[in-house]
Amino acid sequence: MVQTEAFVMLSAVLFILGAMGVLLRRNAILLFMSVELMLNAANLALVAFAKQWNQAEGHLFVFFVMAVAAAEVAIGLALIVAIFRTKQSINIDEMHKMEG
Amino acid sequence: MESYPQLVTLIVFIPLIGMTINLFFGSRLGERWSGILGSGAALLSFSVAILLYVYLRNSGYAAAVVNPPFFDGWIRIGSAGVEIPWQMRVDTLSVTMMLVVTGVGSLIHIYSMGYMHGDARFSRFFTYLNLFLVFMLILVTGNNFLMMFVGWEGVGLCSFLLIGFWFDKANGVGWRNSLAARKAMVANRVGDFGLLMAIFLIFWTFGTLDYYRPGEIASVHWVEAQAAGGEHGAEGAAPAEGEAHTAEAVAPAEGEAHTTEAVAPAEGEAHTTEAVAPAEGEAAAAEGHSAPAEPVYLNNDHILTEQLGVFGQAERMLEEKREVDFGPFSLPIETVIVLITLFMLLGAAGKSAQIPLFVWLPDAMAGPTPVSALIHAATMVTAGVYMMVRSNVFYYEAPFTSLVVTLIGASTALMAGYIAIGQWDIKRVLAYSTISQLGFMVAAVGVGAYGAAMFHLVTHAFFKALLFLGSGSVIHGMEHGHHSVSHHGHGHDDHGGHDEHHEEAPFDPQDMRNMGGLRKKMPITFITYLIGTLALAGIFPFAGFWSKDEILADSWLAGLTNNNVGGYIAFGMLLVAAAFTAFYMWRQMEMVFFNGPRTEAADHAHESPLTMTIPLMALGALSLLGGFFNTPANVLGLDRIFGAHIFTSFLQPTVLHAHAGEFQPVIAIGALSLAIAAIFLARSIYGKGKSVTEHNSDPLAERAETGMIWRVANARLYWDETYFRLFENPFNKISVFLADTLDWRFWHDYVHNNVIAKGFNAIGGLLSKPVDLGLIDGTVNGVGALARWTSGKMRRSQTGYVRTYAVTLMLGVVLVIVILLLPMLQR
Repeated sequence: MVQTEAFVMLSAVLFILGAMGVLLRRNAILLFMSVELMLNAANLALVAFAKQWNQAEGHLFVFFVMAVAAAEVAIGLALIVAIFRTKQSINIDEMHKMEG
Repeated sequence: MESYPQLVTLIVFIPLIGMTINLFFGSRLGERWSGILGSGAALLSFSVAILLYVYLRNSGYAAAVVNPPFFDGWIRIGSAGVEIPWQMRVDTLSVTMMLVVTGVGSLIHIYSMGYMHGDARFSRFFTYLNLFLVFMLILVTGNNFLMMFVGWEGVGLCSFLLIGFWFDKANGVGWRNSLAARKAMVANRVGDFGLLMAIFLIFWTFGTLDYYRPGEIASVHWVEAQAAGGEHGAEGAAPAEGEAHTAEAVAPAEGEAHTTEAVAPAEGEAHTTEAVAPAEGEAAAAEGHSAPAEPVYLNNDHILTEQLGVFGQAERMLEEKREVDFGPFSLPIETVIVLITLFMLLGAAGKSAQIPLFVWLPDAMAGPTPVSALIHAATMVTAGVYMMVRSNVFYYEAPFTSLVVTLIGASTALMAGYIAIGQWDIKRVLAYSTISQLGFMVAAVGVGAYGAAMFHLVTHAFFKALLFLGSGSVIHGMEHGHHSVSHHGHGHDDHGGHDEHHEEAPFDPQDMRNMGGLRKKMPITFITYLIGTLALAGIFPFAGFWSKDEILADSWLAGLTNNNVGGYIAFGMLLVAAAFTAFYMWRQMEMVFFNGPRTEAADHAHESPLTMTIPLMALGALSLLGGFFNTPANVLGLDRIFGAHIFTSFLQPTVLHAHAGEFQPVIAIGALSLAIAAIFLARSIYGKGKSVTEHNSDPLAERAETGMIWRVANARLYWDETYFRLFENPFNKISVFLADTLDWRFWHDYVHNNVIAKGFNAIGGLLSKPVDLGLIDGTVNGVGALARWTSGKMRRSQTGYVRTYAVTLMLGVVLVIVILLLPMLQR
């Protein structure tokens, strides 16, 4: 039986990695991947706590998160494709202006 | 019978209705109906006055006080205890005045229909005349001094309006007319100040303004004498609400709501009558008539002093030698009455044209002649005499004032009579004559001959109205004569407005130098004018003889019996004044009617229409017979035909100190022969074609020994010039100083421009630059600049780089977590 603390630690590490990725990467796809990583870190923590307290809400919530993340990725990827078509680039630092 | 006095409301109301209709619809009614309406109103009032006289006769001269409907209370200030009712008094004095005002007034209204024919403002003239009647009747019927004052001011207003009636005449005449109207107004304001002061003093002293309260007996002596003599006589009225309590308290046995006071001989003779003025319109039944247990009062002893009228209180206070408290000081009642009467005298001097305020009356002749007859000879100017006779109790108790009154009256009579000798204007002669005759009346009041004063007032109203109307007829004839001459006979029946005549030439139809020989042209006017002249001159048996003689005899007797120096002085001055009267009147007769016509206008003059001559004839008859109203006892057996002292005994129930004059054969014959001598003197100077010399001047002026005397009279004793120097000129100078220097230079130029304008600019500059531009605009702009500056700074944070936002978000989350966790760590 792996201790809950270990899962939480892993979750924290994953979350920090994701956050670092969001803050440091300029590629929009990598940015999305990092966001996914943060979401999954949160999912891992939810599952761990759910298991600890023997509650089903944690599991349930994870499914919601995964569904919303999937939807978000679909929209996000569509946006990225649209941006790439106009700008020939998915570098987010080039998208700091409202026009274009 | 008891509701008869209520008619007195109508006497005022009828002319008021006539006036209102004429005011609003007069111009549409047309000349004929407008005149009939005005005259009809006057005649109806006259018939009411006659009914009131009949009432007085039948009720044994009992005075009645009437509360007219809709006038319940007039001025009422509960907190101050001021209560002045609008009450009308029907007594022998007020009815005398009513008869004169409405009687002479009616005749003058009728006359005016002829005289004012063709005038552009015909209906307005009748509006004013009726308005005058309204106010004059309020003046004489009021039961308190304030109502008298209302009437007093009202007739002053009508006088002003009517003097300036032809304010738009051409050649500057209209301007002179309005100046004359203004002069009358101003001179009367001075007198009104006196009357107002007298009213204030009366109210302060007695707490009321009523002459007599309802139920009070005016002339106790007379009532007592009547009762003792067993003759019928009664005085009384149903008590008003306030009075009822005391009356009942005195007679508790009856317990009747309407205690009727009646004076009856002790035996309860059948002649007892009461005057009942039902309070609040309730018809008080005449129980008193048959109730033998009814208390019968011969005097006012049962009434508390505070509930008496002014005169009753004055007598009690004099008996008790009371002091009147004026706050910081107090005066004995005698002194207060002297003050009241002196102030009243000032008022009378204004209205009745006595020295020093008479100067307006000669100028008042600018008004149409019927106005001169009605207002400035017969009625309004006698208001002052009426007031003094009404207040005879005061004057009787104030010997000092009486002396002043005597001197003023007698010297006015003498002075005006003298000035009249030197006048050319036919109406001006009559105006000075009026002043002179008013002086006779005032002097009569001064020597205590109140009955004689009223008698002379009545007869003078007859013959002076007659003379003025006659002069109007002469002027009318002259104007038409002039008209027909200048139009070569076409204009004979072309009755244009009077003002048209003046536009043609400076011909003066009132100048006696232009007249002469009118005796044959205007026979009716001549005969009536002759009657008026003889009456005024005091020739037996015309009206003026009796009244003037009574004044002369009374002043002589006042000197003889009462050791009154004023009586002798008055007698001497009035005797000379009477001689002057005869002289200037005959001078006028010679100039106007005798000798030959001196101008073509006089040659073409013709008799006036019937509307004008009928009033002349009526007044002529009155001037002829008016003296017999008051024939003295034991004169040629006349008293057996006409009765002795009828008028005086008629007045006695009302005028406490009226007494029948004794006939003095020596004085009468002396005055008569003096008057006849004066007439013959005038005839010898002015008769036989000598009335105007070749130089168009007076024969007296061309004689060395009389020239000076005549010129001074012609210059009217320089009264107007003196007043100009003393008052008008300094007044003008002060006005010029105030206007030019104080108002224009100081106020406008200095204060306005320098102080106000500069101060305004300074304050305005201060407010606009530092305050408005600096503070207010600075604040508003500062807020804007601050917003712009901060937003400029904060704009930098919006980089548009997603990662920057992400870092911020991250840091925010960290911060929130730290804040949430901090309390846990501290634990």
